[in-house]
Amino acid sequence: MKLSKLSALAMTTALCAPSAFAEEMANELTLVSWGGAYQASQHKAYVEPYLAANPDVKVVWDESSAEAVAKIRAMNEAGNVTWDLVDVVASDAMRLCDEGLAEELDHDEVLAEAPDGTPASEDFGDLIVSDCFVPQIVYSTTFGYRTDLIDQPDSVCAIFDTEKYPGKRSLQKRPIDNMEWALYCDGVAKEEIYDVLGTDEGVEQALAKLDTIKDQVVWWTAGAETPQLLADGEVVMGSTFNGRLFSAIAEQGQPIGMLWDMQSFDLDGWVVPAGLPADRKARVMDFLKFATDTQRLADQAAYISYGPARASSAPLVGKHAELGIEMAPHMPTDPANAGNVHVYDYEWWADNRDDLDAKFQAWLAK
Amino acid sequence: MSDITQSGPVLAADGTPLKRSLSRALRMQKLRALMLIAPLLLFILVTFILPVGDMLFRSVENGIVRDTLPRTVEALADWDPASGELPEEAVFAAMAADLQIAAEEKTHTKVAKRLNYENPGVSSVFRKSGRKVSKWDLATDGPFREKLIDIDKGWGDIELWRTIKTYSGQITSGYFLNAVDMQLGAEGPEIRPENERIYNTMLIRTMRMSLIITFSCILLGYPVAWILANLPARKANLLLILVLLPFWTSLLVRTSAWKILLQQQGVINDTLVWIGLVDDANRLVLINNELGTIIAMTHILLPFMILPMYSVMQTINPSYLRAAKSLGATDWTAFWRVYFPQTVPGIGAGSILVFILAVGYYITPALVGGTKGTFISNLIAYHISTSGNWGLGAALGAILLAVVLLLYWVYDKVVGIDNVKLG
Repeated sequence: MKLSKLSALAMTTALCAPSAFAEEMANELTLVSWGGAYQASQHKAYVEPYLAANPDVKVVWDESSAEAVAKIRAMNEAGNVTWDLVDVVASDAMRLCDEGLAEELDHDEVLAEAPDGTPASEDFGDLIVSDCFVPQIVYSTTFGYRTDLIDQPDSVCAIFDTEKYPGKRSLQKRPIDNMEWALYCDGVAKEEIYDVLGTDEGVEQALAKLDTIKDQVVWWTAGAETPQLLADGEVVMGSTFNGRLFSAIAEQGQPIGMLWDMQSFDLDGWVVPAGLPADRKARVMDFLKFATDTQRLADQAAYISYGPARASSAPLVGKHAELGIEMAPHMPTDPANAGNVHVYDYEWWADNRDDLDAKFQAWLAK
Repeated sequence: MSDITQSGPVLAADGTPLKRSLSRALRMQKLRALMLIAPLLLFILVTFILPVGDMLFRSVENGIVRDTLPRTVEALADWDPASGELPEEAVFAAMAADLQIAAEEKTHTKVAKRLNYENPGVSSVFRKSGRKVSKWDLATDGPFREKLIDIDKGWGDIELWRTIKTYSGQITSGYFLNAVDMQLGAEGPEIRPENERIYNTMLIRTMRMSLIITFSCILLGYPVAWILANLPARKANLLLILVLLPFWTSLLVRTSAWKILLQQQGVINDTLVWIGLVDDANRLVLINNELGTIIAMTHILLPFMILPMYSVMQTINPSYLRAAKSLGATDWTAFWRVYFPQTVPGIGAGSILVFILAVGYYITPALVGGTKGTFISNLIAYHISTSGNWGLGAALGAILLAVVLLLYWVYDKVVGIDNVKLG
């Protein structure tokens, strides 16, 4: 009798063990993102349903993604990482991974499968550009133009044509994308852009092309600048993230048109900072699995016009949550928009960024 | 008479030498004073001097290469890059061994990032090789020279090995050289190619524009301070609030307001076009250039000039001016020979404040400066928060600090730091 009681006790302990482990998840979750409409879309699509299922959890947002690499490095050196899950662009994720500041993940193990059972690594496909990176959305840097001030441009090279399209243009203050567009519009074939850019003459050629419009360019650093400059009439066309343009056009009704040509594809996603304590990591992984499943990524597209990173999410994309317009035609991934796209080469830029930045900054200061 | 003939030290009442007993009494006093300021001293030391020192040290710190690739660095010691030949097999074997350990600890990409600053392309060579090398058996899989070059032909580039050898020391001058537009070439330091030179231009521009801003502040602030100092107290206080008001407004709001005013479709241009002074097609470019930065920063820094000038002017007795005039001086002579010299300490204090604040500004230039109106601090901020090259950022910061201290010293020699009054 006594013995059976003991073994029963042992049994219950054994049975309780997994649930005891599950209870060891921290109840606070610090998420880092970009603020604005994008963070709001994440909150509505991922965080609100997660909180409904886990009422004990408290989520804190930190709008620091723009300085994420520097801050994670500083936290890591201080030995006090206060962030749990950080939203960064793909190139930053690669950098964090390279420096050992982000956790390497086994995507099939930690992420949910597609509804039809396709493993996560296949569902995300090539978009997993780094072992530390869990992609969420595909966005693109593309051009908006004032419909009432200039004719409708049909090619990205309109930015270099100041005769047909007079007025100022806004471009991002960095070499990435601008150098590629310059070469493309200077007659370099799309497939050869990075080969050409890899040589000193290629860099010279790209800068010379940019030189032709240098005094007509307003350089931006924050994504909100181009829509504002367009709305003020300060520039007649300018590059920015497609979601920002969508909100200026569809939500604010500005006289702005969207140019889908040679737009540069880029990715945004989550990384888990390295060195989290076990209880916090358990909570992060639980949230991450939930927030990147097929339905959640499709839901996000109802709030912002960025394409979900999972192939299985695409058919589920519906209407805008407030405006009721179909979102699919506004996605950078929509076939009608993706006729001629520029695929940005992460590896190449990881190698050459420091060098080209120096040359680009020197050119700007001249 | 007797005290003249007395030799030896003067003694205190208890027989000890006066000097010693005096210094003992003073030492107690000094210690007590030190105890009183100890909390502040410690606070400054821990929260300011140590972190700044640590950050500045990064401008020369270079342990990562030697720590991550110890065998390679040792094996490379005998290799001469000038020979024009690749290092021998032993070096490649050492590199394979180092890479295997580094890949396990995930440090091979860190060292690659460091070397990539000096030689673009190294980063991907290391990244590609790390994983593959970790599968090798070091004892049997040699020779490694061909195997490494097989993974990435970058290993067959002499420049890569030269970079590793050049930057294998604990301490490097690389960041500082980069910060003054130089680099470590095959024959020691050399000037960078023209299309990569930027930091000297930026440093000179920062100094020049900060001086212009300081002088604009003196010109605009002097009359305001004079009016403030000569009005009845009640009115002066009211005006003083107007001077202080910008302090209570966010810096970003003030800068953005200048954007609205100055841009080509902005308030000032609209008004000028409406009056007919400016043609609609040729609106003035007042922003995203040097002018924009000078206007916005002069406005933002003006209170720092007015306040010290005002407090100095307040203490000047108005009867001096009356005395000068009663002795026959004209208004101008009275002002220039009598009043102005007495206000110099205020101008000095204001100028130091404004200049030093201006040199380190980066938010306002980033927002309204375009490409021609940005400061060196914008590049420091870029390297700290965007490019992640903290070593270069630290070197630029150290140079900026040194230049400011140098200017402070020159100022002390020319004007005299005793001749500065904050009130």
